[in-house]
Amino acid sequence: MDMMRSGLQTILSTSTDVLPIVLFIILFQVFVIRQPVRDIRRLAAGIVFTILGLGLFLVGLEQALFPLGRLMAEQLTHPEFLMKGAETLDFHWSNYFWVYVFALAIGFATTIAEPALLAVAMKANETSGGAIHVWGLRVAVAIGVAVGVSLGCFRIITGLPLQAFILVGYIVVVIQTIWSPRLIIPLAYDSGGVTTSTVTVPLVTALGLGLAETVPGRSPLLDGFGLVAFASLFPIISVLAYAQLSALRERIASRRRTERHNGAESTSKEVT
Amino acid sequence: MTKFLRTLWKHVAGSVRDLAPIVIVIGFFQYFILQQPLHNALALAGGAVLVLLGLTMFVYGLELALFPIGESLAHALARKGSVFWLLTFSFLLGFGTTVAEPALTAVANEAAQVAAGAGAIGDTTEERSRYVLGLRITVALSVGTALLIGVLRILLGWSLPLMIISGYVMVIAMTTVAPPEIVGIAYDSGGVTTSTVTVPLVTALGVGMASSLRDRNPMTDGFGLIAFASLTPMIFVMAYGSIIAWI
Repeated sequence: MDMMRSGLQTILSTSTDVLPIVLFIILFQVFVIRQPVRDIRRLAAGIVFTILGLGLFLVGLEQALFPLGRLMAEQLTHPEFLMKGAETLDFHWSNYFWVYVFALAIGFATTIAEPALLAVAMKANETSGGAIHVWGLRVAVAIGVAVGVSLGCFRIITGLPLQAFILVGYIVVVIQTIWSPRLIIPLAYDSGGVTTSTVTVPLVTALGLGLAETVPGRSPLLDGFGLVAFASLFPIISVLAYAQLSALRERIASRRRTERHNGAESTSKEVT
Repeated sequence: MTKFLRTLWKHVAGSVRDLAPIVIVIGFFQYFILQQPLHNALALAGGAVLVLLGLTMFVYGLELALFPIGESLAHALARKGSVFWLLTFSFLLGFGTTVAEPALTAVANEAAQVAAGAGAIGDTTEERSRYVLGLRITVALSVGTALLIGVLRILLGWSLPLMIISGYVMVIAMTTVAPPEIVGIAYDSGGVTTSTVTVPLVTALGVGMASSLRDRNPMTDGFGLIAFASLTPMIFVMAYGSIIAWI
């Protein structure tokens, strides 16, 4: 019963998020563009599917995964778990091994499940005529988020300044941009903002707050922030790197092909 | 009928694959690292089924409605040829989808707590809710501006890397001026603004526009709107924090 009520509430709140956008677009279509909306039944069905789908998705996450994930973030950052077997409490950053592993794993896994990223990957695949693979892009972004979140945890634990990390990240992005294939750059920049949505933000925020609460000398309000920023900066770097690696592999392969070609030519000349 | 079932099966299989990593990660940590049994496995299984069903339906709705709406609108606006309406639409879309965003409201509430703690505003409910509203409008304005600039870029064919890098320079410059307690929130607000419904719409809009304009490549010109939408909130929020502290 309780689940039913919370489910209805979530679906209702999703509709109040989606419906104004839809209404605005329809008004624009009718009054500014002055064109009838085509395929209205198909669109209406699609909107109902979107709302219901997103609603059920959130209810299910709230039922199953979020409580467990939050609990896990709490337990993993708890001093009792961290200092198991140690005689003295030592908050050195190297004692947080499982926190880093969890950050890596949960960053990767939540990004793969992120519906917004799936949407962008589908669009990129279609637009590039299949040159960009849906899974290739998603895995590249997920690796970026994974590295970002665990580095963000390291920052909270050590208390190093957030700005310094972001500045270095920006410099890396700028340097990569100069040597990246031009086709991928806009998509890579976009993938930074796309990654942090419905699935990633709640779990990652719980991890950050858990850490900032338990590590001595950190305040949850001041140091708990910043993980989302890391999770939206590092995918840019990883997607650019993915494109650079693909381009490099392509170049090596084509060089080998021409070498073999030249080699074949020279031997054929020798024969004649 | 069999065709329908086959498509449905394909979608469900896709969702299973998307969700498997989360289940594996949480299961692994529960059993091997924390070594605790699962409580109410039944509720968990029920939740997992809902997640699966929801993701499948969302992807289906995406292809049925959100992508076509964004694209047909972009084509219609490009054909109409009115730059004014195009820019108005972009701004309103950005502003409207952000101002009601639940994730933003959550972050704004936390930010108000930080600001009250740091003494930038008085610690009363009234002043806090005014601060929250101000912050939400600031971020919504920034996303509206971002889409406006981004659409203008597609129209005029400006260089995206150059614009984004200037944005980075502005972020760094603002960081040195802004009060330190707002910096973390500002950096995070860049990531939370773009929601699951906005992203597909905006992406379809950009790609649709770039493909209906001559001399524009959908790949290099169509993407990039989300990048602006996650950059400008950082600059605007730090500006907001500085102005509040200055007053």
